[in-house]
Amino acid sequence: MSTTVAQTLDLKGLSCPLPIVKTAMAIKALQSGELLEALATDPGSVPDFAAWCRSTGNELVEQTTDDGVFRFVIRKR
Amino acid sequence: MAEEERDRKLVIFAWSGDLDKVWPQLILATTGAAMGMQTTVFFTFWGLFPLLKNDKEHGRARRLTGENWMQKMLSSMNRGGTDHLKLSKMNFAGMGPRMMGKLAEDHKMASPTALMEMAREMGVHLVPCQMTMDLMGLAREDLIEGLDDPAGAASALLEAQDAITLFI
Repeated sequence: MSTTVAQTLDLKGLSCPLPIVKTAMAIKALQSGELLEALATDPGSVPDFAAWCRSTGNELVEQTTDDGVFRFVIRKR
Repeated sequence: MAEEERDRKLVIFAWSGDLDKVWPQLILATTGAAMGMQTTVFFTFWGLFPLLKNDKEHGRARRLTGENWMQKMLSSMNRGGTDHLKLSKMNFAGMGPRMMGKLAEDHKMASPTALMEMAREMGVHLVPCQMTMDLMGLAREDLIEGLDDPAGAASALLEAQDAITLFI
């Protein structure tokens, strides 16, 4: 399994539902096991990424917050 | 077992053509598709008008649909497409939607037009109601590309049988 990020998505400034919709579209291009990093500023994206991962079976490997930017690392199932 | 492996479906009955209802219709439809749900939106009654081509796609300032004077009159008072939707309250002769559009732009919210495009791209089934098309005198070529074939209530209810259903 990969430990380096295959792709980073800059979703800063975008509002619901764009962070999730764009993540769902981007992850299609990845191979199973690869990591996607998403950076968002919408506070609603914290519960939404957790819900989206639960729903799609992709794994939320890491979630950190740095200076108002929420960072999600997702492993494609 | 991941929840994706369950056969999950979302069916939205889009009845309203107001901006403040079309927005949630399309936000939920695109999010449903993003979550891996098989998503269908059945557009009926006033909800069908957002499926009309936007005026600028016709290269005309304003166009009328309908085959007789009653349908044309209705069309003149109820502009189709997603570019000029009205609010169900606080419309203020178009000032409300303009302010809402400005706020949405500032918050980088996708417009209904952009969300409709995304829904098509993500494979959301967009189904126009045949009865409404007949009633309002709308032809297939009045509607945007990329739609499913027009269908009736029985098709919609069959699709909804094992789905989460929303009436908006």
